[in-house]
Amino acid sequence: MNGELELFRTETRDWLESNCPDSMRTPMLPKEVVWGGRNAEYANPDSELWLERMAAKGWTCPQWPGEYGGGGLSPAQAEVLAEELARIRARPALTSFGISMLGPVLLEFGTHEQRLEHLPKIVRGEIRWCQGYSEPGSGSDLASLNTRAELQGDHYIINGSKVWTSYADKADWIFCLVRTDFEAPKHQGISFILFDMAGAGVSTRPIMLISGSSPFCETFFDDVKVPAGNIVGRLNDGWTIAKRLLQHERTMISGFGLAGGQAEGGGASEATVESTAKRYRGDTEKLSDPLLRDRIAQFKIDSEAFALTSRRSAEESAGGGPSHISSLLKYYGCELNKRRCELLLEAAGNRSLGWEGEGFDAGELSLAREWLRSKANSIEGGTAEIQLNVIARRVLDLPDLTGILRGKR
Amino acid sequence: MSVSLRLNEEQQLLRESARGFCREQAPLSLHRKLRDSRDADGFDRGLWRQMVELGWTGMAIPEAYGGYGFGHTGLGLVLEETGRTLVDSPLIATVLLGANAILESGSEAQKEELLPRIAAGELLLAFALDEHIVHDPARVDSTATQGNGGYTLNGGKTFVLDGHVADRIIVIARIDGESDGADGLGLFLVDAAAQGVEITRTIMVDGRNCANIVLNNVAVDADNLLGGSATTPEALDRILDIARIGLSAEMLGSIEEVFERTLDYLRQREQFGVPIGAFQALQHRAAEMYNEIELSKSLVRAALAALDDPASSSARIARLASAAKAKLSEAFFLVSNEGVQMHGGIGMTDEFDIGFFLKRARVAQQFLGDAGFHRDRYATLHSF
Ligand SMILES: Cc1cc2nc3c(=O)[nH]c(=O)nc-3n(C[C@H](O)[C@H](O)[C@H](O)COP(=O)(O)OP(=O)(O)OC[C@H]3O[C@@H](n4cnc5c(N)ncnc54)[C@H](O)[C@@H]3O)c2cc1C
Repeated sequence: MNGELELFRTETRDWLESNCPDSMRTPMLPKEVVWGGRNAEYANPDSELWLERMAAKGWTCPQWPGEYGGGGLSPAQAEVLAEELARIRARPALTSFGISMLGPVLLEFGTHEQRLEHLPKIVRGEIRWCQGYSEPGSGSDLASLNTRAELQGDHYIINGSKVWTSYADKADWIFCLVRTDFEAPKHQGISFILFDMAGAGVSTRPIMLISGSSPFCETFFDDVKVPAGNIVGRLNDGWTIAKRLLQHERTMISGFGLAGGQAEGGGASEATVESTAKRYRGDTEKLSDPLLRDRIAQFKIDSEAFALTSRRSAEESAGGGPSHISSLLKYYGCELNKRRCELLLEAAGNRSLGWEGEGFDAGELSLAREWLRSKANSIEGGTAEIQLNVIARRVLDLPDLTGILRGKR
Repeated sequence: MSVSLRLNEEQQLLRESARGFCREQAPLSLHRKLRDSRDADGFDRGLWRQMVELGWTGMAIPEAYGGYGFGHTGLGLVLEETGRTLVDSPLIATVLLGANAILESGSEAQKEELLPRIAAGELLLAFALDEHIVHDPARVDSTATQGNGGYTLNGGKTFVLDGHVADRIIVIARIDGESDGADGLGLFLVDAAAQGVEITRTIMVDGRNCANIVLNNVAVDADNLLGGSATTPEALDRILDIARIGLSAEMLGSIEEVFERTLDYLRQREQFGVPIGAFQALQHRAAEMYNEIELSKSLVRAALAALDDPASSSARIARLASAAKAKLSEAFFLVSNEGVQMHGGIGMTDEFDIGFFLKRARVAQQFLGDAGFHRDRYATLHSF
């Protein structure tokens, strides 16, 4: 083993030992997830302390360069940090779309000034971002979007509306796809622009999900004035950035599939499907329902294979970042998480079917809510069908029917 | 830190050369020829010599016993390639099962005597375990009765790979006086020509070489019991797990081949004025197959790497072996069925090769435990 890396491991372990509060080493509770932002909420005061300490080291974004507030770690060091965090079961100090989606594309496509302005605030959790992609008429066919940005002097004036914008009502800034050329073919007239949600003309209206919570919104832009310098990358070349960001988003969402309990070390959630089934069914050794047992085994094998695939694809791309393989990960990870939720319902029988009130404990009530929420996994970030399209066309190089028919007309 | 799942340069070169060899020296047409000519051996001895010269027989045998110590991943990559063209050879019975049985259970003297001969390609082995219509290592009724300074074997074995060509057969029998269940089993080296050994070759649907073997008061010397005593259940599990992982590697190669052939057909065959691969109904099924194959590949790589990692516990190897065999069995089922379906009528013709993979799939699925067997074992290993 590399001596320097081992030294880094010792130092990291010591630092975590003295800086990670005890309550941050317990399983994450949904209401204690830290999203940061101007109106950040800390249901547990230790969360704020933990974020402050991690951010000071840049370890909320371990591999981002130090000049932008990141940890400046090498991939090998970042892996050591991740291992040490996992060893003490530390909670993530900060969860945000800035970290998982915007930051990586700013590093790739942003100017030095744009990075200096936005990245440190993402690292420290000062600004919370949301994603303005989907519109009422443009979901899977995202490039057909209609939100307009028209240049007036040194500003763009933005009009239109977005939908399904996750946490738009809580976000401070938005990264948004807008049409800046109205004549060009649909993929060639789109720009990627950043703006403050506190500006005049931005409004949001929450939408309730089937699970009973309201994590997303309709978002309206009415003559919103945005400096022209807020466009990332080249004017009308936003589609390139949009697709790249989707790859990061898909890799992030595929992490849901890792909750299914890898063979070793356990996944994110404490209670596995099999332990839940044994507890509710009153089985001590072997699960008494052979069909449920077989399906759980199949699920666990697939989860293990998925975790290995996610590791292998990271090793094989070796720092090259996400690729079309992100579609495989997104698709399979989401299907696995949906399977996990269905199995939990089955495992806990009618105890899993409560909606609210007396008669069910909190864990039981969350089984149903989590199951309902999981149905969105194969819709958000590009639907399951869209991922299969990407694999068929981009990875397997199968012909494009629309293209062929267009050519024949 | 866990072992890398990425192939290193040496491993990639090995795979390339194995692929080239199989493509040129052992194409699918050779498999067809052996079947059509009803070859008595069921494999080509000249080709086998070449494989020996390439070092494939000694790949996973330690250098101390005349091998090359290239590890299980090396042998796994070779098997992946032989799986692509359905090469008929003694690799699985002799090298995967036989050599590892001797390595795991044999005495020092037995290893020194037998392993160099396997590496040199001079000795063919068969591993006679199964007695029932489905794989079940705990259900062995064959007996070994002690007396006259040796043992007398009785029983019947089925689905014995290479049973009809092996020089020696490793017979798994219950030693009298020992408990029933997984312990109390002895691994006996039996000369195929010994008195009382009755071997009937069984022609399988996929051309895999197999035999039924009846043992009728077969006398064996005490020094033909591997290790001199009953084999531990852990050792038997390890032998089987190594073979299951190697077999999974061979299956992976076959799956990749049938998938690539199917993709080529999807790109080239036209109906309704367009390549059929442009139809989304087929595209999505192809994409789903791709996903399953990538997951299968990860399990095979991880299982091979675990075998090569001295730090792996036997529990970890057992879990990965069962996960791999279960997953690969499902994937091969899926991809071999779709392979025929997506070829339409031509896929049903004997003249066309795709059907060979369908046939191989079912035999490989059942050999050493099908998906159901391994999911059950996996659940037990995970205590649920
Ligand atoms: C919980 C949640 C959070 C979200 N958060 C955000 C967010 O923060 N920001 C944001 O911009 N968007 C967000 N979205 C929106 C999401 O990206 C879209 O819902 C998604 O892209 C699908 O678009 P759509 O809803 O218009 O469905 P449609 O595109 O109308 O699809 C309907 C059905 O048709 C299928 N379909 C469509 N086209 C094809 C095709 N070519 N081939 C085969 N099948 C096809 C789809 O797969 C789907 O099954 C979120 C969605 C959810 C559910």
